[in-house]
Amino acid sequence: MSAVERQQWDVVVVGAGGAGLRAAIEARERGARTAVICKSLFGKAHTVMAEGGIAAAMANVNEHDNWQVHFRDTLRGGKFLNQWRMAELHAKEAPDRVWELETWGALFDRTKDGKISQRNFGGHEYPRLAHVGDRTGLELIRTLQQKIVSLQQEDEKETGDYESRLKVFQECTVTRILKDGTRVSGVFAYERETGRFFVLEAPAVVIATGGIGKSFKVTSNSWEYTGDGHALALLAGAPLLNMEFVQFHPTGMVWPPSVKGILVTESVRGDGGVLRNSEGKRFMFDYIPDVFKEKYAESEEEGDRWYEDPDHNRRPPELLPRDEVARAINSEVKAGRGSPHGGVFLDVSTRMPAEVIRRRLPSMYHQFKELADVDITAEAMEVGPTCHYVMGGVAVDSDTAAARGVPGLFAAGEVAGGMHGSNRLGGNSLSDLLVFGRRAGWHAADHAADLDERPAVDDEQIDAAAAEALRPFSAEGQEPDSGPPENPYTLHQALQQSMNDLVGIIRREGEMEQALENLAGLRVRARRAGVEGHRQFNPGWHLALDLRNMLLVSECVARAALERTESRGGHTREDHPVMDRRWRPVNLLCRLADPTGGLAAADPERDQIDLTRESTDPIRADLLALFEKEELVKYLAEEELYE
Amino acid sequence: MSGYTAHFRVWRGDVEGGGLEDFKVEVNDGEVVLDIIHRIQATQAADLAVRWNCKAGKCGSCSAEINGRPRLLCMTRMSVFEQDETITVTPLRAFPVIRDLVTDVGFNYQKAREVPSFVPPADLGPGEYRMYQEDVDRSQEFRKCIECFLCQDTCHVVRDHEENKTAFAGPRFLMRVAELDMHPLDAAEASGLDRKRTAQDEHGLGYCNITKCCTEVCPEGIHITDNALIPLKERAVDRKYDPLVWLGSKIRRRPAGG
Amino acid sequence: MATGTEPHQNSGGVRTRTRAAISAPHLRTDRWWLAPAVTAAGLFAFVVYSTWRAFSNAHYYSAPYVSPFYSPCLAENCRTMPSGPNADLFGSWWAISPAIIILIFPLGFRLTCYYYRKAYYRSFWASPPACAVAEPHAKYTGETRFPLILQNVHRYFFYFALLVAGVLTYDTVLSFRDTHENWGHMGLGTLVFLVNIVLIWAYTLSCHSCRHIVGGKLKHFSKHPVRYKAWQFVGRLNARHMQLAWASLVSVALADFYVYLLASGVFDDPRFF
Repeated sequence: MSAVERQQWDVVVVGAGGAGLRAAIEARERGARTAVICKSLFGKAHTVMAEGGIAAAMANVNEHDNWQVHFRDTLRGGKFLNQWRMAELHAKEAPDRVWELETWGALFDRTKDGKISQRNFGGHEYPRLAHVGDRTGLELIRTLQQKIVSLQQEDEKETGDYESRLKVFQECTVTRILKDGTRVSGVFAYERETGRFFVLEAPAVVIATGGIGKSFKVTSNSWEYTGDGHALALLAGAPLLNMEFVQFHPTGMVWPPSVKGILVTESVRGDGGVLRNSEGKRFMFDYIPDVFKEKYAESEEEGDRWYEDPDHNRRPPELLPRDEVARAINSEVKAGRGSPHGGVFLDVSTRMPAEVIRRRLPSMYHQFKELADVDITAEAMEVGPTCHYVMGGVAVDSDTAAARGVPGLFAAGEVAGGMHGSNRLGGNSLSDLLVFGRRAGWHAADHAADLDERPAVDDEQIDAAAAEALRPFSAEGQEPDSGPPENPYTLHQALQQSMNDLVGIIRREGEMEQALENLAGLRVRARRAGVEGHRQFNPGWHLALDLRNMLLVSECVARAALERTESRGGHTREDHPVMDRRWRPVNLLCRLADPTGGLAAADPERDQIDLTRESTDPIRADLLALFEKEELVKYLAEEELYE
Repeated sequence: MSGYTAHFRVWRGDVEGGGLEDFKVEVNDGEVVLDIIHRIQATQAADLAVRWNCKAGKCGSCSAEINGRPRLLCMTRMSVFEQDETITVTPLRAFPVIRDLVTDVGFNYQKAREVPSFVPPADLGPGEYRMYQEDVDRSQEFRKCIECFLCQDTCHVVRDHEENKTAFAGPRFLMRVAELDMHPLDAAEASGLDRKRTAQDEHGLGYCNITKCCTEVCPEGIHITDNALIPLKERAVDRKYDPLVWLGSKIRRRPAGG
Repeated sequence: MATGTEPHQNSGGVRTRTRAAISAPHLRTDRWWLAPAVTAAGLFAFVVYSTWRAFSNAHYYSAPYVSPFYSPCLAENCRTMPSGPNADLFGSWWAISPAIIILIFPLGFRLTCYYYRKAYYRSFWASPPACAVAEPHAKYTGETRFPLILQNVHRYFFYFALLVAGVLTYDTVLSFRDTHENWGHMGLGTLVFLVNIVLIWAYTLSCHSCRHIVGGKLKHFSKHPVRYKAWQFVGRLNARHMQLAWASLVSVALADFYVYLLASGVFDDPRFF
């Protein structure tokens, strides 16, 4: 008999970022008793890092904007691999989700006539991003947090207890989704503060855990982004979709170490910043692909003239599309011409007077000054590609956010796949959180309400989950011949290095095979990841447990990337450099090789992931009609065009 | 400048007791205190507890005290210290300690619940809100708050007087009251809630003696005292201590405040 | 563990039992005591000087200059100052220095000023002496009860301060007359008075209560564009409230001292025209 504390809830939401909180609000408002579990403190989720804004076709700034245009932009951005129904719902519902935030107290920047101001952004045809300076994510998280508090205040008035219908379990980590047959029956979690285990029994679980960036060495993501939700879904038997699509931004900071991965905005290059290698050469001139030869300058002199006179000169190659720039940086580093810390130099200091830099790039000047003590008016920045976002994720039903094959499991936000296809547009992530967070909460509440009886939670699963979680404390001596206990920090660094070098922005078949080998080795060593100390707020232990998730997710990324022999959006194959229309209707699904999802699933000796191909549903005719035929020809396979 | 070895003293322990533990640790160019704490974790004390998240000064998780001053670990560069300086890192000293550098900041979440939420205007639906930039500027400044709770930690009203915690909301949540009172569409007054009065009566505004430590430690540079607390005090004066305003509002038969 | 492994003996504040067991009242390594010490010294010096001058009841007028400490002069025992700020409201029963009557108002204004409150709470009361430095008091109720709850009357002192500033402006205008009451004079004293009155007005208008009254109390600036502009102007001054508080404190003492030097015959006012 297990002595683990159990509580009963209707809906459990894992993750308290934008999607998780929006789901919790919806579920609670629809009458479900809802618990939210998050690894950090309430209100600290990674959503706060989002700067640009929330994309929603409100047409406040340009009256021609509407959901159809937004839908079109989204599909183009995703290279037509998006789940079209998700993109449709997203474009249609985003304005309502933004307006709703205002009724909860959000204060967006305003237009002259008092409406929500909207700004331009890459890939969006019209000014579309509702924003609050450069801290839109913070406003979003705070508004949702305060809405939750307001619901709790209502509950307190009625029941005398703030947490009677909506409770946030902060600084707790879920390690397993519990099941009754195929159905979800709850979650197994530990409290980070005390190390205490507990079980929340619930017929519906919403996963909203964000991304996987912490599997890569250079990332703009925080420590929480260890792919927990992806792994939980896998272990619960749900498939992951198109995990090969990982968005890398070409210019993230690589030095100093404290800020590695933080984005350097594209406008640095737009305003005249140039990329140089360790020999001082502006290497981008060597990397202009044939298709772009006519549009880009051939000499530095011509490129420099473009800034003043764009009509009579061609633009410098620093302004090639993101993937081209990232590829070039990658090649220079691999050829040994990188900067001391594995990037290249992005220099504005020799290009403009200091005072002009400070005026045109105030936030970048400030970012480097504050965070790195680097004066960009005096020295070059070191930059390199940084892992930013994962487009792939849990395969979900477009309308209900229900995970495939596991009744009661839902997923929303970055952890859900499909919405963004092969590449996400800026601003579409925050709206994604709100639109599908709400849908997940809604259908989770309905699912819980429609059940006649609650699924049972059996002790065996709880005991197994507890044993799995305690394993790092007894790593030594468990398998006498297997070797000494491993330091989880060392393993994590090795994993990040492998993924960064071998499954990074530019991928090659041989390297990915090497990565899979490395991952297998790391899995074996991770079995021996041991920690000292006790269970009370022990970060070494927490990392040891997160390693399982990162290893699972990394294997998905590597396998799917190896399989897809084309380049599309966030997936660039050096050995298959062009987009292939035949791959357009193909989705890659990762499933756990051991369908029971038991402890054996973590057996290092064999691969853990099965990969299958699947054809997508044809895009609905009225949506296809939003595009010109000539454009569709570039993307769609022959047979799709004539359906 | 290349790497050097720094002398750190980090408080380790829990509610049962603890003390400052010495570490000699490598420091490299461009690092912040949080990097050094992480290095101690990875090489010398795997179980050293520290709370952190975004590492870019945007989430407000890694609050602690460095050489006795409340700071964010991720926003304190090592270059501000002399190489031979001993750097002392302790948990926030106004809140109960959990373990090592991690404290129980539950006080703040409790206070957050005690502030009545935004009251939406009854006659406006979603999408019908019209607000002008000059009317939202003030509250927007307060909404830059990342809830690092450094102001709550440094405020002597609760830092030095545990017993005041029940009566006093602290700078962060008095600022929240100010934010809502200045929100152009907050309909609290129509619903019978007078935030100006409750700031004093329910949230302990009178405890504040405007000594400005909250403003001094704010990593977001919010003018908590000048723009939130003092204006709120003046608003409370309108309600409670100013007979002229009271008289005026009786005569003109509408609440003061335009 | 290195040192101090015992939990606190629940002695309050940062040594409350549940908090991290650190016995030192603070761990600051910078010169945190410097600012309160300088503040205390500055305020103390002014109190000593102004007490001496206010009670001395002498050397406060040297035509055309009247010391700001004695203006307006409201008792019978005031010196007659031709067209000056004489107004015998109190009559002959007032026996001590007439400065006392009027100084109450600027004193009250500055005592209840939000900046000076910070300054003396920190430097005289040590409540707190500096940020994150434990204060030495066992109990603290702030401005919740008598007498400190009276700080809330600051805005009334502001209204009076406006009147006083008006009178000092009048005095400054009169300093453009020579000793025979003819216009068109300017001496070094006129310049001192000009600087002083500008600083007095800047300090007075930068007051937090003033900022509230001109516009801060409004919910919708967009409906009151003129008051919004005024609020913005006062807000810019208000950001310098501390500097203005000190500058005007020094300038008013200097203006008085200048008059004292002239009146006591140390030197004659250098005349520009």
